[in-house]
Amino acid sequence: MFGRLTLSAMYHEDLIVMAAVAGSLAMGLALVVMITYKRKWTYLWTEWLTSLDHKRIGIMYICLALVMMLRGIADALMMRVQQAVAVGTSYGYLGPDHFNQIFTAHGTIMIIFVAMPFLSGLMNIVVPLQIGARDVAFPFLNSVSFWLTAAGALLVMVSLGVGEFSKAGWSGYSPMTEMNISPDSGVDYWLWSMQIAGLGSLLTSINFIVTIMNMRAPGMTLMRMPIFTWNALCTSVLILFAFPVLTAALAMVTFDRYMDMHFFSNTHGGNLMMYVNLFWMWGHPEVYIVVLPAFGIFSEVTPTFSGKPLFGYTSMVFATIAITFLSFGVWLHHFFTMGAGPAVNFFFGFATMIIAIPTGVKIFNWLFTMYRGRIRFTSPMYWTVGFITAFAVGGMTGVLLASPPANFVLHNSLFLIAHFHNVLIAGALFGYFAGFTYWFPKAFGFTLSEKWGKRAFWSWIIGFYLAFFPLYALGFMGMPRRMLHYDNPAWRPYLLLAAAGAALILFGIICQMIQLIVSIRQRLANRDLTGDPWNGRTLEWSTASPPPFYNFARIPTVHGIDAFNDMKEKKIAYRKPDRYEDIHMPRNTAYGFINGMLAFVFGFAMIWHIWWLALFSAAGLLFAIIARASDDNIHTTVPAAEVERIEQEHYRQVSAYQRSARQAQRRKFSGR
Amino acid sequence: MTTEARGIAATPHEAFAEHDVSAGQAFGFWLYLMSDLVLFSALFATFAVLAHSFAGGPTGKDIIHLPYVFGETMLLLFSSGTCGLAMLNMYAGRRTPVLAWLAVTFVLGFGFILMELHEFRTLIVDGHGPDRSAYLSAFFTLIGTHGLHVASGLIWMAVMINQVIVKGLTIPVQSRLMRLSMFWHFLDIVWVAVFTVVYLMGVL
Repeated sequence: MFGRLTLSAMYHEDLIVMAAVAGSLAMGLALVVMITYKRKWTYLWTEWLTSLDHKRIGIMYICLALVMMLRGIADALMMRVQQAVAVGTSYGYLGPDHFNQIFTAHGTIMIIFVAMPFLSGLMNIVVPLQIGARDVAFPFLNSVSFWLTAAGALLVMVSLGVGEFSKAGWSGYSPMTEMNISPDSGVDYWLWSMQIAGLGSLLTSINFIVTIMNMRAPGMTLMRMPIFTWNALCTSVLILFAFPVLTAALAMVTFDRYMDMHFFSNTHGGNLMMYVNLFWMWGHPEVYIVVLPAFGIFSEVTPTFSGKPLFGYTSMVFATIAITFLSFGVWLHHFFTMGAGPAVNFFFGFATMIIAIPTGVKIFNWLFTMYRGRIRFTSPMYWTVGFITAFAVGGMTGVLLASPPANFVLHNSLFLIAHFHNVLIAGALFGYFAGFTYWFPKAFGFTLSEKWGKRAFWSWIIGFYLAFFPLYALGFMGMPRRMLHYDNPAWRPYLLLAAAGAALILFGIICQMIQLIVSIRQRLANRDLTGDPWNGRTLEWSTASPPPFYNFARIPTVHGIDAFNDMKEKKIAYRKPDRYEDIHMPRNTAYGFINGMLAFVFGFAMIWHIWWLALFSAAGLLFAIIARASDDNIHTTVPAAEVERIEQEHYRQVSAYQRSARQAQRRKFSGR
Repeated sequence: MTTEARGIAATPHEAFAEHDVSAGQAFGFWLYLMSDLVLFSALFATFAVLAHSFAGGPTGKDIIHLPYVFGETMLLLFSSGTCGLAMLNMYAGRRTPVLAWLAVTFVLGFGFILMELHEFRTLIVDGHGPDRSAYLSAFFTLIGTHGLHVASGLIWMAVMINQVIVKGLTIPVQSRLMRLSMFWHFLDIVWVAVFTVVYLMGVL
């Protein structure tokens, strides 16, 4: 009846696991009680869960990313504490089974369930606004993408309590994932959560390529597109061509496990290096999928807060495109030690080093944008400057690793761990934080507390250097990754430093939580009345904050790069249109949510071999798709009068704000 | 042609918007097909790597009967032709021939799937299942993935036959039919590669 799922799957001898389960359940329950108490279920359902509004879907993506980040950080802290104490005769507090699950979950969560939803969320909120569109090309598909990602994340969370997670590392190398070595449910949780969320990402990429190529405002040629949108486009292209390879690789592991096939097994002619090749054919572009949006964010933040146009727009675009192409030709540098021979290793090492060139172009462009600018040091700018300095180091250690002889020494050592955290935290994550702070007022209508933002930044950046630079040294000292216990006391001081750094990062996260609470409480004082809190340059700042659900009453016409700055200089920003028109918008639907939940049930049933449930949920999915595809009545019309009412309200706010700003200025001058 | 199915007034502006939606959907579907092509490429690459990993089991020469596979191939190729005829009639606005040609396409595709299932069944009964060797794992997975696509296409086609009967050739229905035909021709092209790489090169 329940496949191989028994009650014992929910019993864990490990007290820490039980505490984590209890904690997660308690938090979930508290949330349910609070929503019920405030009678917000209907609001939540009609306004959010069934919403096809790209801004709301974007916000839900980011909420998902932040929640999963807490889980990923908890995993990281547990590993750091373990390695700080488990030396010599002390064995620490984690057993091998648990430790292996923790590092696997940490990697899987941070890449697939933090970075991916975070960047998808930012793209969702920003891209349609930046190109002057009313929504994405396929609003319903967007909702499906989000709920598939959420379903994958839910599977990972469920693995905490029901059964266990994979112990084979986030990259799931064969033959560790084969049935004879890992017969439990862990690898299956890893497989299905990645597979389902990966499908969501693939659909997102299709959606954004069509949105960007087809729905730009009149006059916005490709070479007038904001740089963030360019990066979103390149990221989407990468997703489109990289994720199917992951899908195929995971499917083959699935067949090996479920149908006793022999793709990657040690017997019957299987070839486990084939898995490693396929995995990194996705995995390396994935690195750029994660980091390109962050590059885009820095390219928006730097000009805005330097009060100058971006230096070298064209070179920035071509650098991004170059990275997109090159990232498909370097996957083998993840396993030079496979022994493919000097010629192959040379090729991939060389290709990898070449990527440093367009990346270097970007760094110089940001620096020259700041040069002689009137820099306002807001917290997004802090994250940017912190990124540039730290990322330069991460990039250089990457070039070092790209050299095959050095790589043979450093492979799978903590040097590698230090390197990729250096580029992923200081590169991608700092970028997301900058974007989060920068566009937060656009999404919610009030700015975040700068004081707590800067405190968070200092904790993060010092914590980051402290946590990861000792790992470079440890790598040179020969410490391998993923160690539960070690006997070399010389490593310990460095690991203690790293643990202290991790604690400081935790403090940074606490600052960010306080920042959110403080900012929400002071939201009336920090309101963004004009829709343009930073004196922005691109179109998303030309509409209200938060934007009306249709984004733009009239689609703007674009005459150059930095379209909104152009309008402000020509004094045609905030000009009222002569008349308003009816607007067609997609109607909300529950099918996205239903599809996601059915995918979750399907994944769960497959993990536990509950075949009848898998069959029913698959059939349910099919019927839900057919039902939705047969519905031609999916739009609703907003009458011009309603649009006019909403727009008038915004113009009143803008002119009231401008009046008070003028008065304040006059007072300031007369005061002198 | 009518846009009443969407309940939107058919002003010239609206007709343009409707055209835009349809073009965007076609572009999006092209992108999906490209990503599917990458998926098949990964399977082809794996097959190429494992093509001689027989592990003491049967080789291509032992299990492939070219005349049988040639029959399968003919069914699929002809179904592409009849699918094209359905599309031509759709553009001419003739509903009954559209239905008839879609039905013929469906029957041909169904025949293809039945033949493939029969081939798989025979192999498994003879002890040459996908668990026998890495070569057979890759063989079954590559061909089975294509078969799964064809089966999905058949379900889609059944749904579209129903939509043409119930809704008529409305703009949304036409746009869906167009994408179905893209999908169907795409599967044909993939099959040509499968036939060459797996079957022809397998018996060489």
